[in-house]
Amino acid sequence: MFDGLSFDVAPGEVVQVRGANGSGKSSLLRLLCGLLPPAAGEVQWRRRRIGTRGAELAAQIAYMGHAGGMSGDLTVRENLRFALHAAGSASADAACREVLQRLQLAGREDEPLRHLSQGQQRRLSLARVLLSGRALWLLDEPCAGLDAEGEASFDAFLAEHVRRGGTAVVTTHRDIGRNGPGAHTLDMNGLGHAGDRDPDLRP
Amino acid sequence: MLATAIPIFGRELRTAARRPMDALGALLFFVVVGSVFPLAVGPDAALLAAIGPGVVWVAALLAVMISLHRLFLPDLEDGVLEQLLLSPRPFAGIVGARIAAHWLVSCLPLLAAAPLLGLQFGLTAPAIGVLLLSLLLGTPTLVLLGALGAALTLGLRGNVLLALIVLPMCVPVLIFGSGAVAASQQGLPVEPHLSLLGACLLVAVCLCPWAVGAALRLAVE
Repeated sequence: MFDGLSFDVAPGEVVQVRGANGSGKSSLLRLLCGLLPPAAGEVQWRRRRIGTRGAELAAQIAYMGHAGGMSGDLTVRENLRFALHAAGSASADAACREVLQRLQLAGREDEPLRHLSQGQQRRLSLARVLLSGRALWLLDEPCAGLDAEGEASFDAFLAEHVRRGGTAVVTTHRDIGRNGPGAHTLDMNGLGHAGDRDPDLRP
Repeated sequence: MLATAIPIFGRELRTAARRPMDALGALLFFVVVGSVFPLAVGPDAALLAAIGPGVVWVAALLAVMISLHRLFLPDLEDGVLEQLLLSPRPFAGIVGARIAAHWLVSCLPLLAAAPLLGLQFGLTAPAIGVLLLSLLLGTPTLVLLGALGAALTLGLRGNVLLALIVLPMCVPVLIFGSGAVAASQQGLPVEPHLSLLGACLLVAVCLCPWAVGAALRLAVE
């Protein structure tokens, strides 16, 4: 899908992945979290290949894909509780309440997820990422379906994450660098099989 | 292990309670298929008693089969499977709990209905007892093998391939299961059949969760 891609991300940095549809943004994120093995080359986390790290790496990353990872039959509260349990992160109820409040999901905890709108379901997936307390966020189109207010709170959460020394790789068409923390941009265009060059990674 | 399993169980039971038809479909299928045979074969008591064990076992096998295609598909579509793969908890444990919960939801009701089907075929009380024991030992193996087929065919259209993969693997269970009931009808010892069913179950419990885990990892790629 793409080749000749090489980049480093330091703690406290945000990388925004840009590129045309089909340029491999989602595949890149799946490579980074280990769901997809690279056809060639390797992905390293703290100077070791991620393939050999398994659970150790899994305890460090929060991945949010196109599908939110939540079940439509379960309520907001049940989904969040199960997702956090699966992620192995125990969050206090008070913390959950606060994050749901900030994402304007408070009061809807006992509604089945499929009664919520697309944007609200996206907010719940964001809540999972926030509450997982992971160092590395890999977010695939986190703002898809979010309204202006949702985007603003996403920027605020991302800024907090970076202030705590967290790292994030985000694919989005929005300019997250403007209101939120400064972001490096990784342009996936032109990385098809034709080109063999380092991508333009600029602050 | 329990810390991994209990929330998975809770989630499965809640989902089943919200979608009762998914779980009850297999039960209704089992009862209907088992009841159609005596009607079609006629009131020959000796013949019914002779085919009874085999028919109940085939009905159970097919009922397990039709419950399988929903085993992993919703989780794949919702992205839950990705999140479980990225969980720091042991994936084979997650898969094992998932399969056990599926057995609880879709096969335990079959065991409750099996005596009813046994009566339709004129099985004696001891034979019905052996039928229940054989189903108790055999259906978990069917679900484990079926889960492997469901994981291998995840994301493919149609369920024919799933049945073609799983049904041949289930033949030994079918033979020992119905054989146990037939042996009890003839007054022969049933222990050998039940021991073999138990052995099949042990092998399946040891191998299937890992194999299913590997197949699911491939399916998500």
